[in-house]
Amino acid sequence: MTKSNERKLTIARAMAEATAQEMRIDPKVFVMGEDIGPLGGVYGNTRGLIEEFGAERIRDTPISETAFIGAAVGAAQDGMRPVVELMFVDFFGVCFDAIYNLMAKNTYFSGGKFKVPMVLMTSTGGGYSDGGQHSQCLYGTFAHLPGMKVVAPSNAYDAKGLMTAAMRDDSPVVYMYHKGLQGMGWLGTEAGATVHVPEESYTLEIGKAKVVREGKDVSIVSVGMGVHNALKAAKTLEAQGVSAEVVDLVSLVPLDRETIRASVAKTGRLIVVDEDYMSYGLSGEIIASVTEHDISVLKSAPKRVAFPDVPIPFARVMEQFCLPNPDKIVAAWDEMKAA
Amino acid sequence: MSPTREDQHWMYCNMVTSRRFEEAIAKIYFEGKSPAFNMANGPIPGEMHLSDGQEPVAVGVCAHLTPEDVVTATHRPHHQAIAKGVDLDKMAAEIFGKATGLSGGRGGHMHIFDADVNFACSGIIAQGMGPAVGAALSRKMQGKSGVAVAFVGEGAVNQGGWHEAMNLAAVWNLPFVCVIEDNAWGISVSKETSSAVANNADRAAAYGIPGKRIEGNDPYAIHEAAGEAIARARAGNGPSLIEVETYRLAGHFMGDAEGYRPEGEKDALFEKDPIPKMRARMIGDGMASEEELDRIEAEAAARVDAAIKFARESDDAAPEDALTRVFAA
Repeated sequence: MTKSNERKLTIARAMAEATAQEMRIDPKVFVMGEDIGPLGGVYGNTRGLIEEFGAERIRDTPISETAFIGAAVGAAQDGMRPVVELMFVDFFGVCFDAIYNLMAKNTYFSGGKFKVPMVLMTSTGGGYSDGGQHSQCLYGTFAHLPGMKVVAPSNAYDAKGLMTAAMRDDSPVVYMYHKGLQGMGWLGTEAGATVHVPEESYTLEIGKAKVVREGKDVSIVSVGMGVHNALKAAKTLEAQGVSAEVVDLVSLVPLDRETIRASVAKTGRLIVVDEDYMSYGLSGEIIASVTEHDISVLKSAPKRVAFPDVPIPFARVMEQFCLPNPDKIVAAWDEMKAA
Repeated sequence: MSPTREDQHWMYCNMVTSRRFEEAIAKIYFEGKSPAFNMANGPIPGEMHLSDGQEPVAVGVCAHLTPEDVVTATHRPHHQAIAKGVDLDKMAAEIFGKATGLSGGRGGHMHIFDADVNFACSGIIAQGMGPAVGAALSRKMQGKSGVAVAFVGEGAVNQGGWHEAMNLAAVWNLPFVCVIEDNAWGISVSKETSSAVANNADRAAAYGIPGKRIEGNDPYAIHEAAGEAIARARAGNGPSLIEVETYRLAGHFMGDAEGYRPEGEKDALFEKDPIPKMRARMIGDGMASEEELDRIEAEAAARVDAAIKFARESDDAAPEDALTRVFAA
């Protein structure tokens, strides 16, 4: 083992490193967004970049998401490879036209003649009492609309590889990173997200899920923070003699339905864990992907552990009551067995 | 600086081409839509926003542009597309939803994209602003020549995105020009009813950039103002704002009864039709003979006829091709 193989990074550091490495080899890559310059990004994912690349390529923007995301579309169509940050995914409400009507559709509207190679990074997730406009995930909202790839890493290794892959992709990629995995001390961080990250540049295939824990009794499918909850639940279940498999989706668009179906075909049971709202979203899509393909593989009705269909409450006890957690996943298993 | 003789011939040619094109589209649009009007029927289904009367803005501005310059247009894009040099055959085919269209029928009349001449649209009010500003940023960052022009209507200035993009262009000193086509109506709501200031060029002060308003739908004055703004952008001196008083001789969309217009307004506008006015002025100024202008008009009509023929004779888009080109190949 060389020294570099022992190196662990946070997701924030991994994203910044991937961006820096790509900017060194591709002059068309630049970053813009709010507080991504000297501050290094509110969630640390552009830290150190302005010192190396300067304010021309690491551009702090006015608080004008419609303008700078729209500008990224125009720059991408003109041959650049912009990386833009929407500081909180919750802010999509002020700029969604630039995202879903321009970024996501201009390739199609031009019959493929204009490419829109840009990355829209945005923070997701709650759990730290930031209230209902700074805590959402909105995975389903973005993944629902055609024309943009959507990725959501659960750990720093994946974060770096996805970031590099996203910057090299000729289509727009929405890169959703979870605040609670980011490695920012002041937010509280899931320790499992900080893992070994190779120093050299590498890519992770967008659209490929990972079985992060093998099992034979139940498949727990999730993304981002949910993967860590699933892994913790799997440990609890293991102590009870239950073998849980955990699938990390990694990408939401394209969705790797093959890996999900193969896992459920093996275990016969499915629990989906989603920090996004329950209805009309990711959890329903995962279940439909299995049942419409072959419902006979299921030994019992699938379960979902998702955020209830309410705005995210502020009070700590209320928010924690609503969020998915390992206990709820274990309870879902218990209900499944009792049914 | 006044347009040269050559400029004037080019401008007149493109104005007439645009008008003939819209007349042809208007006629074909009603095929299959009578006796009962159903927007979904006929060889050209969907909404149709024609640009009759607004040609001077397109030609006055685009006379200063080359294919490498970037233009973003609106839901009413035909005159701008023609003046920017978008392939007329492929544009017609796109409007018919044919396989040979600019995007093979995926976009339609509100989504005219031609990468060969850097032309793009958004059917959403003011939302072409951001991409144009971004293209200008791209040119500046790459040290490449070329400016970006966003055409918008007067209603667009009340969209938040318009303000955001204007500020961004100004704070980054980008080679960008915003051209407002003031046709006085946002569908049925008048400018007077919707805008707090009468002269949108005044809004340039909010961004510390030059702003100019051109009255009378005058292609000569538009040409001069656009020339200054574009030269300023090319020289690296930053963005400008131009508002042009223009006339919407058609309804907002085909089928619009325009009951909201004051009586007589439309007739008065037709008397000020910019095409016969320019023709008379060119002859009066000795810039063209009757015969030359007749020939330009005949050539424009033939060019439009050929484009319509191309569109009509092209194959329909293959239905299953709807599932392709969502992502970059």
